[in-house]
Amino acid sequence: MKKLSARRRHPLAAVVVLLFALAATGGLYAAFAPAGKAQADETAQSLAIEEGKKLYAVGCASCHGTGGQGTTDGPSLVGVGSAAVDFQVGTGRMPAQQPGAQVPKKKVIYTQAQIDQLAAYVASLGAGPITPTESQTDPSNADVGKGGELFRTNCAQCHNFTGEGGALTHGKFAPSLEGVSPKHIYEAMQTGPQNMPSFPDSTMPEKEKKDIIAYVKAVNGEETPSPGGFGLGGLGPVSEGLFAWIFGLGALIAVAVWVAAHTAKAKKS
Amino acid sequence: MSTATTTESKPQQKAPAGERVADWADGRLGIYSLAKANMRKIFPDHWSFMLGEICMYSFIIIILTGVYLTLFFHPSMNEVVYHGSYAPMHGIRMTEAYASTLDISFDVRGGLLIRQIHHWGALIFLAAMFVHMMRVFFTGAFRKPREVNWLFGFLLFVLGMFTGFTGYSLPDDLLSGTGVRFTQGAILSVPVVGTYISMFLFGGEFPGHDMVARFYSIHILLLPGIMLGLMVAHLILVFYHKHTQFAGPGRTNNNVVGMPLLPVYMAKAGGFFFLVFGIIAIIAAAFTINPVWALGPYRPDQVSTGAQPDWYMGFAEGLIRVMPGWEINLWGHTLVLGVFIPLTLFGVILAVIAVWPFLESWVTGDKREHHIAQRPRNNPTRTAFGVAWITVYFIGLVGGGNDLWATHFHLSLNAISWFVRIGFFAGPVLAFIITKRICLGLQRRDAEKVLHGRESGIIKRLPHGEFIEVHEPLDANKLHTLTAHEQYAPAEIGPAEDENGVTRKVGPAEKLRVKLSKGMYGEGNQIAKPTAEEYKEITSGHGHH
Repeated sequence: MKKLSARRRHPLAAVVVLLFALAATGGLYAAFAPAGKAQADETAQSLAIEEGKKLYAVGCASCHGTGGQGTTDGPSLVGVGSAAVDFQVGTGRMPAQQPGAQVPKKKVIYTQAQIDQLAAYVASLGAGPITPTESQTDPSNADVGKGGELFRTNCAQCHNFTGEGGALTHGKFAPSLEGVSPKHIYEAMQTGPQNMPSFPDSTMPEKEKKDIIAYVKAVNGEETPSPGGFGLGGLGPVSEGLFAWIFGLGALIAVAVWVAAHTAKAKKS
Repeated sequence: MSTATTTESKPQQKAPAGERVADWADGRLGIYSLAKANMRKIFPDHWSFMLGEICMYSFIIIILTGVYLTLFFHPSMNEVVYHGSYAPMHGIRMTEAYASTLDISFDVRGGLLIRQIHHWGALIFLAAMFVHMMRVFFTGAFRKPREVNWLFGFLLFVLGMFTGFTGYSLPDDLLSGTGVRFTQGAILSVPVVGTYISMFLFGGEFPGHDMVARFYSIHILLLPGIMLGLMVAHLILVFYHKHTQFAGPGRTNNNVVGMPLLPVYMAKAGGFFFLVFGIIAIIAAAFTINPVWALGPYRPDQVSTGAQPDWYMGFAEGLIRVMPGWEINLWGHTLVLGVFIPLTLFGVILAVIAVWPFLESWVTGDKREHHIAQRPRNNPTRTAFGVAWITVYFIGLVGGGNDLWATHFHLSLNAISWFVRIGFFAGPVLAFIITKRICLGLQRRDAEKVLHGRESGIIKRLPHGEFIEVHEPLDANKLHTLTAHEQYAPAEIGPAEDENGVTRKVGPAEKLRVKLSKGMYGEGNQIAKPTAEEYKEITSGHGHH
């Protein structure tokens, strides 16, 4: 110990201590930090982040800031996670066409590879919900009945009984769930895009999300049977009433006019 | 055996079987005198006189299909776990009412079709009653002696609304349950007695276990029973008063020109019944109505967007949706004006159209019978009032569907609410003014046509170079039709003193009556129809213009 204490006022002592401290923190971090996917294929991942950063600078930075810190035109993207990017860009909502009450979905302009790169870059800004894998969103073995109950409890008040969508205040709206892929429904629940509340795994486990997806696909999917005939948009009594007036009563009045026009009277001419 | 054959071998001595049956019935029921009086009953022909028939036929269709549904529906709120044919509801707890509705839809033969005929029929029934009522209103067919029948018809419409409401609430699905909850909220908003009525109606706290069973009795027994009675009374009165007819040559206040009930009208009406049934059945076979399986069972903790009532209750929904949430808290009691005012308006709006005939007869002071239906243009104030009323009704409907207007026309929900709030007051006023102008314009055109004839579209050049359009004079029939209507003179207060010099008392009611009368029939509120003298003066002289 003598040697150490003798050199404690050495000009380089501070540097050595600093080196030790850094090594200790680094080593501890390496030992205890969560092992992300980044470690597995580090080079591919960092390449994706690089590419994503370039795409980000072109398509997103004007509103979300050059480093994803957010501006007055767009929120910060730190911590939104790759799932949010995959949903927003994958459904065409982002990049937004114009600011407004809500950004509607539109044609997707990025390829899935580009979306993944963007997602990798945004995910690198801060940890957040991760894009789900296919097995996480596959509803094939889920409980449709339970999903319906969950849907009516958590989703129907904005999205309607069968996910036809509905209005919110000041021009905002809950979009129709028709034709939305299981992955995007999952991500929407996970991240809570725009005006939607989020349902993280802590409040709604993966299994329940699958149940909900299964229910939506069962009642508003491509193969949903319509035992009663044409559905009139599935919007309920308003479209039914309109139809009854225009086509029901309209047809009956047309028939009444026809019947009244054909009397038993002898033809005049 | 042999005696039987001998009697049958001489049929020419006995009357035909049909006559014998009729004789038998006449001896017991007196049908000959009934038939004599009614078989040749005359009905005038006009398509708008068949609107009431649409109502009657759809009502019959609803009763018939409803009977079939009662065979399979379980009006019970006992909880069961569903394991029927519809997979997305497997394992869900629901009431027997909802489960049996699913069974009717998926397992009972023809159940879904009958259910849809029943429901579509109900929507069309109410719509037809609405249009029928408006036809009677706009043609003044409610005037003496038909005021009571007008009230019967009005009651049928209101009872129809509530029969419909109790009916679509029976399946106990999430949509209708939300509607019942909405209604219960409206009942609770009634000061003092609201809570008691709610507790009485639902047998305790909402939703309780009695609602479906009680609504069931009301829906299949109480209300349709009253309606059936009213409808029969309505028809008896139509027979008794005879049908109104539009003015025309040969048609007077004292006759009815048309076809006899038997055989012509019976054939037409019978055929029309099947046409109505056919159209409703086609619609029911091709278009879904109220897909209860997609809605889920009612649970008070769940709700869906797009929860609207059927159209006839829609304006009440709209009034509540756009009403600001005002409330007053006094001495520990809450008066929920945000719900109570719309609830009151619901009754007031309906009542206003019902009392119009009485207001009109009071203003005109006319005690004579009227059997000639008027053209709407010839009573501009009444027509304008009717259109204003429909405008209020329609604006209420817009409010009731405000979320769908918002999503389908990309509008802000709040903007629609404000539109409805302002439109509720401004809309009827605008509609009144515009309709009145249109009516007066049409009256002017009629007068013009009578005096100057029809514009032929032929331009003629006179020898001195002037261009004129040739007008074709109308024939006598058309002249009669266009000038057959009566025009009231506006009431006057009269001299302040009678012939003996005694000051006459004029009460405020009389003053109001005179004022209203001037507003309906005074200067600028109707165009004087051409007189025979005017016509002669114009047609006797120079032919042109």
